[in-house]
Formats: sequence, C-alpha cells, structure tokens
Amino acid sequence: MSDLPKQPMSLIDVTDMSAGYAGIAALRDMNLSIDKGEIVTVIGPNGSGKSTLIKVLMGVIAPSEGRVERAPGLSIGYVPQALSIDASLPITVARFLSLPKPQKASEIAAMLTRVGVPGLEGRQMTALSGGQFQRVLLARALLAKPDILILDEPTQGLDQPGVAAFYRLIEEVRTELGCAILLVSHDLHVVMSATDRVLCLNGHICCEGAPDAVLAAPEYRALFGDGTGGALALYQHHHDHDHDHGTNGHQH
Amino acid sequence: MLDDFLIRAGLAGAGVALATGPLGAFVVWRRMAYFGDATAHAAVLGVALALAFEMSIFVGTMVVALAMALAVARLSARGHAMDATLGVLSHSALAIGLVAISFVTSVRIDLQAYLFGDILAVSRGDLAVIWLGALAVTGLIIWRWSRLLIATLNGELAASAGVDPRREELVLTVALAVVVALAIKVVGALLIAAMLIIPAAAARSLARSPEAMAAMAVVLGLAAVAGGLTASLYADTPAGPSIVAAAAGLFTLSLLFAPFRRA
Repeated sequence: MSDLPKQPMSLIDVTDMSAGYAGIAALRDMNLSIDKGEIVTVIGPNGSGKSTLIKVLMGVIAPSEGRVERAPGLSIGYVPQALSIDASLPITVARFLSLPKPQKASEIAAMLTRVGVPGLEGRQMTALSGGQFQRVLLARALLAKPDILILDEPTQGLDQPGVAAFYRLIEEVRTELGCAILLVSHDLHVVMSATDRVLCLNGHICCEGAPDAVLAAPEYRALFGDGTGGALALYQHHHDHDHDHGTNGHQH
Repeated sequence: MLDDFLIRAGLAGAGVALATGPLGAFVVWRRMAYFGDATAHAAVLGVALALAFEMSIFVGTMVVALAMALAVARLSARGHAMDATLGVLSHSALAIGLVAISFVTSVRIDLQAYLFGDILAVSRGDLAVIWLGALAVTGLIIWRWSRLLIATLNGELAASAGVDPRREELVLTVALAVVVALAIKVVGALLIAAMLIIPAAAARSLARSPEAMAAMAVVLGLAAVAGGLTASLYADTPAGPSIVAAAAGLFTLSLLFAPFRRA
C-alpha cells in the first residue's frame, strides 16, 4: 500500500473499455475509476456483464477495446462468488491460505480469528460449512494486504442472518484496513449502508451515483422494478434498450 | 546389471511411476481423465508418423500428443461441450493412427507393442529417455507446484494472486505430452491414462494434503509396477496390462480407507 503515489491517483482506471467472449461484447464503452478507500457497489441482472467486469479488472481477460490501468504494485484481494473444490483434492485451510505464497502460521491464526472462524487451520476445505468457507475466502483475500477488495456476490448460499453478519464483518475489516471495496451484487437493498457509489450495470453503465440517487433513478427502476412490478419493469427495460422500433414493437 | 531385461523393465516402470504420480494428481483434481485419454490415443498417430518419416518414436509421439493436447485445451477454453468433443477427438485419433500405421509397410512393426506397451523390451537408450523425461516432468511440477495448485483451485483466485491460470494449464499440457511419449513403451497408448488416474485416485483416500496425495500416487505407482512385473514373470501375463491391473487392485484396497478421509 505504501508504494502507491500520494497524489489523487485512482487504484484502477477503466477508459472506453469493451470486453467479452468469442467476439460478443458483454461490456461496451465503460468508464470507471475506483479511488483509494472507496466503496463501490456494482449491481445488475444476470448476464449484465458483472463477471466480465471483474475478470477485466483483475486482468484475467484482456479488454477488446479501450484501456484498463491498475496502479503500480496494486494488491487485489478477491473473494469469488462460489468456489467448489473438487472432492478429490485434499487440502487443509492453512495450506489453502498459503497458496501461492507461504504465510506465517501466526498470521493465518490471527486472520482466521479476525474473520470469526478461529482454529480452523487443520480442517479440510471440503468439510467446511458455507459460512465458514466464505469467511476463509475472505481471510485469504485479506492476507494479501489488499489495496482493493473485490467481492463477487460473496454471500450466495448464506442464509439471511449469515448475509447480514458477513457484510458487517466486511465493513469492520474495511474500516481497519482502509482498503477500497468493489462489491458485485444483484441485491442493492442488503449491501447499501456503507456504499459510496453504486453502478448500475447492464452491458454498459445505466446509471451511477450515491445509493439514494440510484434507487430513485428511472434506469434502476427499469432494471429492477420497485419491489412488486418485476414483470412490468422487465418489459420497460426491453423498451429502453431496443432502439430498433419495428411496426409491431410497442402496443401498450 | 542393466543387462538384465527385468531390471531395465523395473527401472523403466519406476521412471514412469515417478512422472505419472504428481501429474496424475492434477489430472484427477482437474477432471482431465478424458483429456489424458485423447492425448494418449493421439500418440498412436505419432508412432505412425515417426515410422513413416524415420524419426525417433519418442519425438513423433510427443509432437502429435502435444498437438492434440493443445487443440483440446484450446477447444475447452472456447467453451465447447467437452465430453462429446473429447470422445470424438480421442477415438478419431486412435482410429486414424491405426489406419496410418497400416500404410507403413517398410517396417515390420508389432502394433501390439504400441497399444499395450513392451516393457520387457526396453533398451538402455529407452531407459535414459524415460528417466530424463520423468525427471524433467517431475522437476517442472515441483518447481511450479504452488502456482499449479492455485490455478487448479480457481482461475480467478490465481489471477488475483498474480498467477496466470492459462500459463499453468499450458505447463500441465506440455507435461502430459512428455509423459505420454515416455510411457508408451512401458504401458502402451491404451493404458497410459490408467497410470495417470488409478494411482492418484487410490492415493486420495490415504492423503490429507495435496503433496501427500502426489507422493502417495508415486508410491502406489511403484508398487503397481513391481506387482505387475512379478505377475508377468511368474504367470506369464502381458506386462503393461498386469501393471494396470495391479494398480486397480491397489485402488480397490484404498477404498477400505475411504470412510476416514473426511475426518
């Protein structure tokens, strides 16, 4: 963290970026920059390019157009959506946390305690419960001493109290570490409390801003509805993005 | 001492077991069993080409196995339905290889030696190639162990830690091609995948860490070679299949330990 320049330089800068698979752009003309210590939430329906965005930010896939610039020496802590470890692979929690770089046993123990699962070092990864597994993944991300923590729908498979507890934990560790957070979610309501900025994604950035502003934006409502009007919202969204108005396209 | 064909056979088998143990563990963890099959079957075509162009069998099989492995890896990265694709490639490669060999009339070849191995006919030169290849593959895997492991667990997790998962996949692909080329003489094209999968699968029940599983796969592979060669000597059974049958026996025994493996 210390080798980052002090001037207002972003951690990650995305400029006019398009990306996708097999020539199909999942993301078009995106501009995004994430500053030090900022909490950014990205929401969008399935297939809106959320996973592609994460892959581009981490450098797993290269953008087909535009630029992605990471601050020199940027350390990324990544908490994946769901990680299934093949039952044929025996590996303890401590060994998993030491990949690819070895970690001190004392640091592993302290981090497991910090994320609320002390003493799991010797346990097999495949024997963990869903909640324990997500906390171990978080511990792994934090051991990298990240400048930015990227979380990809990290609470899938957790029950309601589990989700709330997990987000409380993330906010606590963020306050301690001061790292930026990029959280990808499809549910704005659970994750909003500490968010600085919300990005509403659907192939491109539909709308962007403070949580309240996004919640009130017509683009957000078009994508997510306002609680009960899901089917209507879906239709409106189609309307918003289909600019090829045929003769039998809009019979309201 | 190396004049004794049985000692050469044992050493050849040991070299193969040394390489197939750790690589086999990755094949099992990444569910690449059919990938290994397709690569091994392509080696038959490599034999045909090597004979036709009077190249070394080792080079011929390695080149064709590598081409096949790279093609399969590329297809899977593009999201092709791998089960059917691998079935098509694997059996096509075997069939085309067998047809191609039938055209090589200049050399009188014992086809069975390439399909099922001919470990009792291993020469000193073969032995040198097998051990050099096995040490190279094992060294490569030990060198990149942690990176291979994290890439196997999750590609994005690897990328976030600065490890390129595609590069690690390429390492395994190349290692697989080398192992196929050096094992064809020992167990034959049809049973190479068995030597990759069975000892590693048997080791699963006995191990609590990835390192222990790879090491145990080597030990079980060595035991299978010893058992198979002994059976071959006393019961006059074919050596390659006997080695694989011994490995299968060890796998069955290992299941007795399975109830404890989650403890």
